[in-house]
Amino acid sequence: MPPPPYASPTEKTWHYAYRVICAAIFVFLIGPIFVIVPLSFNELPYFTFTPEMLSLDPAGYSTKWYREFFTEDSWQQAVQNSLVIAVFATLISTFLGTLAALGLSRSEMPFKTGIMALLISPMIVPLIISATGMYFFYSRIGISSTHLGVIVAHAALGTPFVLITVTATLVGFDRSLTRAAASLGASPVQTFFRVTMPLILPGVVSGALFAFITSFDEVVVVLFVGSVEQRTIPWKMFSGIREEIRPTILAVATLLVGVSILLLTTLELLRRRGERLRGIAPR
Amino acid sequence: MSTTTDRVMRTADGLPLKLSLQKALARSRLRAALLVLPLLGFLVVAFLLPIGDMLFRSVDNRIVGSILPRTALAIQGWDADGTELPGEAVFEALVRDMQAAAKERTLGRAARRLNYEKPGMSSLFRKSGRRAKRITGPSWRDRLIGIDKRWADINVWRLIHRESGALTGSYFLSAVDLSLNDRAELVRQPEPRRIYLTLFGRTVWMSGLITVLCLLLAYPVAYLLATQPLRVSNLLMILVLLPFWTSLLVRTTSWIALLQTEGVLNDLLVFAGLISEDGRLQMIHNKFGTFVAMVHILLPFMILPLYSVMKTIPPSLMRAARSLGATPFTAFVRVYMPNTVSGVGAGCIMVFILSIGYYITPALVGGRTGTFISNFIAIHVSETLNWGLAAALGVLLLGLVLALYLLYDRIVGIDNMKLG
Repeated sequence: MPPPPYASPTEKTWHYAYRVICAAIFVFLIGPIFVIVPLSFNELPYFTFTPEMLSLDPAGYSTKWYREFFTEDSWQQAVQNSLVIAVFATLISTFLGTLAALGLSRSEMPFKTGIMALLISPMIVPLIISATGMYFFYSRIGISSTHLGVIVAHAALGTPFVLITVTATLVGFDRSLTRAAASLGASPVQTFFRVTMPLILPGVVSGALFAFITSFDEVVVVLFVGSVEQRTIPWKMFSGIREEIRPTILAVATLLVGVSILLLTTLELLRRRGERLRGIAPR
Repeated sequence: MSTTTDRVMRTADGLPLKLSLQKALARSRLRAALLVLPLLGFLVVAFLLPIGDMLFRSVDNRIVGSILPRTALAIQGWDADGTELPGEAVFEALVRDMQAAAKERTLGRAARRLNYEKPGMSSLFRKSGRRAKRITGPSWRDRLIGIDKRWADINVWRLIHRESGALTGSYFLSAVDLSLNDRAELVRQPEPRRIYLTLFGRTVWMSGLITVLCLLLAYPVAYLLATQPLRVSNLLMILVLLPFWTSLLVRTTSWIALLQTEGVLNDLLVFAGLISEDGRLQMIHNKFGTFVAMVHILLPFMILPLYSVMKTIPPSLMRAARSLGATPFTAFVRVYMPNTVSGVGAGCIMVFILSIGYYITPALVGGRTGTFISNFIAIHVSETLNWGLAAALGVLLLGLVLALYLLYDRIVGIDNMKLG
């Protein structure tokens, strides 16, 4: 957008300077994420561009770090663990979070704000405190160093996200729809699945995606509650960065960026669908 | 039946209407509560009890009492403020406790616990524990002092007396760099052990600066997003949301690749001739690394609330100010900025809360000078095993975070929290 024709020279200068500033901030935001993509194809085990890479010599590039990732057992185990833990944690937090959001959105719900504050707290309490608390308590009840322990912990951390997104969808929800369904003879369960669920589905799915990424990306709790058997991708990356730093981590990071692009696209499509659905919903 | 009750409105089944409505309300209340209950129950077990367990460790002092039970009991009758050593019975109890604990291999834990309060206790106990096996009565006191003269020091006994209770405040004192001296007076820790107040201070000022930097970077971007046509702003929004959705470890890894001495930025600066090969800048494993990486990671948490507030400000406000004679700058500062205060508040508190509890990024890029209080909690939990001190530091950190959470609730309202 060019500046308006009546703008004074100072205003014009500022107009373009402002754009340059914003562009610089966007580069700061997005640049570091994409720098690692070419670096992950480095032939040598360095975290920087070699002269061969800069001269675009094919010999400077290689996919060996990707091969290492796909063939090494410990990485494949980590992928499997990450997926299993994240999927089950997501299922638990989506189910419990959606139910609770339905309850909390009713005007009759007693102690609403207090309970809401309590249920959101896993998102606010510093992770190190949650992690050490779980480390002590879960070993006391015998589920530390098990998949179950990590799944339960991650489900607890993921519920606030589901709660927030589903509650936000329910704000615009027209309660007379459920009453209409009931007056037409639908049972509460039928009403829920045939009327409520399709309308709040975008919220539920985006909450589930948040819960999934929370678990998939989480490392502090895994470090404390889990053991070697539960090592996940972030666990491997964390210990990799601390101990022996290899470009395999960059290859994994690149793949993870791909995953987040996929998630972001899904979320964006859901948001548009949600807006469309709400657009036709009677007010 | 009296005439008054006959005038009460009744439902079809004969109940008074008021009662029937109350019943219906109670039923729907119960139904709402039943929906929330599963999550509440789950979180109590999976989250709140663990936190409570952890917090209780900050005052829990059962180590000495449970490993040296006879001593803990016998020493109760001794006057710790006096100048006399405890009686023969207390010495006998301690020797018998040490014999039992040496057999169970628990003496080291009690010794380590007492060593937090008074350096040297650990060696005293280990030495005495090894030799206590051979001690028999009747002159317990002389035999024990024969093993180590420190047992004649009344302050050792005062310490055992003080720390044999079930609860202690000493972890909290350590967490704020204080301790009790031999006469049970509050004193500051000796200079080299005075680290936690500095650390809290550092965590708070660095988080504050990170928050300010985030605000400075987020404000122009959020304004751009809010004022561009929807098609453009949706595209630009992706540039904000992609980092938000990218793994924390991926982003931290990128900064390591960029900032390390053999990394991309240093190579670029050398190539451009701005620095010499020997003069490569140390940009990571120090405060600078923590600042850059954390501002990058937390920036979306500032942009999003700012954007959602700015989107609701009608552009006509600025136009009105301009038409009334304000310069663009005045119009922006006097009209636009006051309208964004709620977004600024929400974003700042959120970023600050997230920042003071951060662990991963400072641990990976903070080195020695850029670490936060969380990193020390982790060290005490998994390396030094001083769980009481870790818990006390945790309580203080949690208190700070909860205070800010309440503030957030006041200003923004938890119900209005939005994601993405």
